[in-house]
Amino acid sequence: MPDTFLDSTELILNMGPQHPSTHGVLRVILKLDGEKILGTDCVIGYLHRGVEKIAENRTYTQFNPYVDRMDYVAAVSNGLGYCLAVEKLLNVQAPPRAQVVRVILTELNRIASHLLWLGTHALDIGAITPVFYCFREREEALKIFEQYCGARLTTHAFRIGGLQYETYEGFERDVKEFCEMFPPKVDEYEELLTNNRIWAGRLKGVGILNGDDCKEYGVTGPVLRAAGVKWDLRKAQPYSGYEQYDFEIPTRENGDTYDRYIVRMQEMRQSVRIMEQAVEGIPAGPIMGKVGKVIKPPVGEAYVSIEAPKGELGYYVVSDGSTQPYRVRVRPPSYINLQALDKMVRGALIADVVAVIGTLDIVLGEVDR
Amino acid sequence: MIGLLKKIFLVDLFQGLFVTFRNQNPKYIYTEQYPAERPKVAERYRGAPRLNNNPENGETLCISCNLCALACPENLIVVTSERNEQTKRKDLTDFTYDLSRCMFCGLCEDACPVDALELTQDFELASYTRDGMIWDRQMLEEGPKPTQYKC
Repeated sequence: MPDTFLDSTELILNMGPQHPSTHGVLRVILKLDGEKILGTDCVIGYLHRGVEKIAENRTYTQFNPYVDRMDYVAAVSNGLGYCLAVEKLLNVQAPPRAQVVRVILTELNRIASHLLWLGTHALDIGAITPVFYCFREREEALKIFEQYCGARLTTHAFRIGGLQYETYEGFERDVKEFCEMFPPKVDEYEELLTNNRIWAGRLKGVGILNGDDCKEYGVTGPVLRAAGVKWDLRKAQPYSGYEQYDFEIPTRENGDTYDRYIVRMQEMRQSVRIMEQAVEGIPAGPIMGKVGKVIKPPVGEAYVSIEAPKGELGYYVVSDGSTQPYRVRVRPPSYINLQALDKMVRGALIADVVAVIGTLDIVLGEVDR
Repeated sequence: MIGLLKKIFLVDLFQGLFVTFRNQNPKYIYTEQYPAERPKVAERYRGAPRLNNNPENGETLCISCNLCALACPENLIVVTSERNEQTKRKDLTDFTYDLSRCMFCGLCEDACPVDALELTQDFELASYTRDGMIWDRQMLEEGPKPTQYKC
């Protein structure tokens, strides 16, 4: 029995799996004291499809389209990670032309992913306008994907050893037009949000995760960089020719939700910079490396991690010498970033949970796989 | 003083309306009047499958090599053929394509050595029944016939 009439008891509240701000089917069990959060527990698995097990029953080529369906807003990055891992097993490298096109498409996909994040995050916070603007520009990026490989979302753009499709006529022009058109649009979003008092009030000081905590939890990507840790796999372990491009790693100090917003906005500008440099010099030459029709890697294992829009995306592929992988293990950035949710929201209010889930930029297809 | 004049002549309001009207420019309108006006999808779009015929004599291009069925990650293609005793070649008898399981990855199209199987720009694939999603050879050769609306 409560001591006094006004005493409150703890309340267990389910948030999700149908809650719109959980970006899919995440269920968070909240332990509340009034509106204050005493603890959280994430229930995942509503979207589990057993992708890693599917891989064991498919050939290396056949598994390629499935990886697009994990992080479906950044399908191109997933495809790149998987292709690089199998290429490492096979000990081949994609030809230079393929590498440059890969960089352009992954950076375009990073922008598309960040735009979707910005739109939905702002929508969660209560700003409806940005989502329309973001989807307008995202459409331009998706159009380039559609022209290039025939699909907008689950692209299946890359193949093991290089590319399947030659760039279409006007690819360079379209990418250049996008690079020219896009930075003023980022200014437009920043005008709407960066100095907006409501936006800053809702985000500043919310969900703080400092650099040491990030490292302990294994959090990567913009969340880590917003905490002041200068770690980007594109610089730290360059892949697919990223060492040729001149770009900066945006970092911030506070590690709160607002800083993560700023970091992602700057990342979009840096992506445009990379694309501008890459599209200037697409080398001529073949697009497919020396890979046979039937992919049969030697016995061994390979781990390749790339900087996906959400963080470190790793693929660990084990080969037993047959045409099918013995095991494929994915290190999804969203899954590992989601662990930090409890740490970030403890002591905060319910409305902050919405902001923090938004800022972690999770995709449930990738969390559950 | 300037502030007062700005208030009287509603400068802020007109600035806001200027942005509104600037975005009314037809160049920035993205809405598609869908059933009447169909979006133009890209040339490489991966939509409904089609089994191509030779335009000269109307015979199928498919040589029943079964490569598409082997390439498919979902095993949704079934090719049946019988051996022609006169030409010693395989003749295609039926070709089943289960669209309900297809993820339009395009691997069958890549595998086809004679460009017989192709993913086309048709994207209206809805069906009232599950059986309607399983396409036989005739359906694959003719393609889907979505209702055309004129508004």
